[in-house]
Amino acid sequence: MIKLVDLYKSFGDVHVLRGLNLEIEYGKTTSIIGRSGSGKSVLLKHIIGLLKPERGHVFIDDVDVTKLDEKEMNEIRKRFGMLFQGSALFDSMTVGENVAFPLREHSRLKESEIKQIVIERLRAVGLTGVEDKMPSEMSGGMKKRVGLARAIAMLPEIVLFDEPTTGLDPIMAEAINQLIVETQKNFNLTCIVISHDIHSIYTVSHKIAMLYDGVIVEYGTPDELRASTNPVTIQFLSGNIEGPITIV
Amino acid sequence: MNRADSFLDQLGKTVMRNIEEMGKIVMLFFSTVSWMVRPPLKIRDIFKQMEFVGVKSIFVVVLTGGFTGMVMALQGYHGFKMFSAEALVGSTVALGMTRELGPVLTSLMVTARAGSAMTAELGTMRVTEQIDALYVMAANPIKHLIVPRIIAGVLMVPILTIVADFVGILGGYFVGVEVLNINPGVFVKNIYKYVELDDIFNGLIKSAFFGLILSLIGCYKGFNTEGGAEGVGKAITEAVVLSSISILVSDYFLTAIMF
Repeated sequence: MIKLVDLYKSFGDVHVLRGLNLEIEYGKTTSIIGRSGSGKSVLLKHIIGLLKPERGHVFIDDVDVTKLDEKEMNEIRKRFGMLFQGSALFDSMTVGENVAFPLREHSRLKESEIKQIVIERLRAVGLTGVEDKMPSEMSGGMKKRVGLARAIAMLPEIVLFDEPTTGLDPIMAEAINQLIVETQKNFNLTCIVISHDIHSIYTVSHKIAMLYDGVIVEYGTPDELRASTNPVTIQFLSGNIEGPITIV
Repeated sequence: MNRADSFLDQLGKTVMRNIEEMGKIVMLFFSTVSWMVRPPLKIRDIFKQMEFVGVKSIFVVVLTGGFTGMVMALQGYHGFKMFSAEALVGSTVALGMTRELGPVLTSLMVTARAGSAMTAELGTMRVTEQIDALYVMAANPIKHLIVPRIIAGVLMVPILTIVADFVGILGGYFVGVEVLNINPGVFVKNIYKYVELDDIFNGLIKSAFFGLILSLIGCYKGFNTEGGAEGVGKAITEAVVLSSISILVSDYFLTAIMF
């Protein structure tokens, strides 16, 4: 289980996380929703150790990753994959080299075996024959798929998704949603998705956490959130301008 | 707070900011050295950067070195003519190129061409989360991105300086002998007479140091870029200005120590 306990993080005078608590189950897809700038990405970066909290703990299997040095954290990171908002593909490398990157970095596989795995992972995200293309030759949706292929290249236990459908047309967004669902099922992954795309969240999630004002104000299944009586959750899910969430 | 206090306050803050930044650059240098000695070295990446910093800068360095040597010969000739010492043009060009202008101008040209590109590339990687992606994949960005660039800078700037020195002296010879009719034997003989191996060697040590400065500052500014396209543009400007100033200032002190 991934456990976030009493997490505090500020940037200057802006207090982004204010004592956040959350428990994420393995083998399920948990989504974190909230307004832009509410701290969803900050939360994700704490889980993967890109940011350290001012106070609080992040436990992965009872190991407090906030106390680990870079070398120890890297061992934990090998259990993770991450799909970035803008895909974050290395634009000096081909698609094949991007997907092969973690394999070349952390495995002792032969080049022929790496090549085979790259083809398999790309096929798993619905892409064939693109190994030699450069990221600049691909559309946003294709880049997301390649990003996902790279994220699952090492068959990680946990995959983080940072706004997976942002910037995509509705059809491609739905295709990515289906891909997340299928990949989670096929590889039995623990997925953590952050998004403000309500439709996407309902499609992919087993559990949803609503982040507001630096804390999780609601946590439950999609059906439980639909039936929520929390005014913050109701306003966010309905997209209403009136309510406790103010527009700054 | 009156105007004088406000001025001192701002001055103090600027000084502190610059000292802090210098400290961070030094820290990055030590961190880079520590990753440099940990195998495996990314040989392919190092050669790729050496090609970019070195091979692809040759044209601009040849052009700069050649015309600098030519103009030195031209200016020197008119100066020395007043004392009937035209024969010293060759040695003056050679000493000027090997000791000063070769290392400094080569480094400034490489700063403009390759140092700025290092900042642009790393800055873009930072704002598009490619550097975060490296961290997430448990791959150290300093080892992957900065070590190859700094090795390329330190190795290739001296090699480019040799090219600039040679082409500069050749340019000086062309203007001195072919245009201004200085005796070719005297031109060459005076170069051998006055230029010592130490002049060339110390010039190359300086250029290796300048290569370190321009690649380190270029990488530091790119690696710490904030914001989007505007941030990348700002980082490139800062990198080129800081590298150029650092090269010129350190040149004075290195010259004072070496010669």
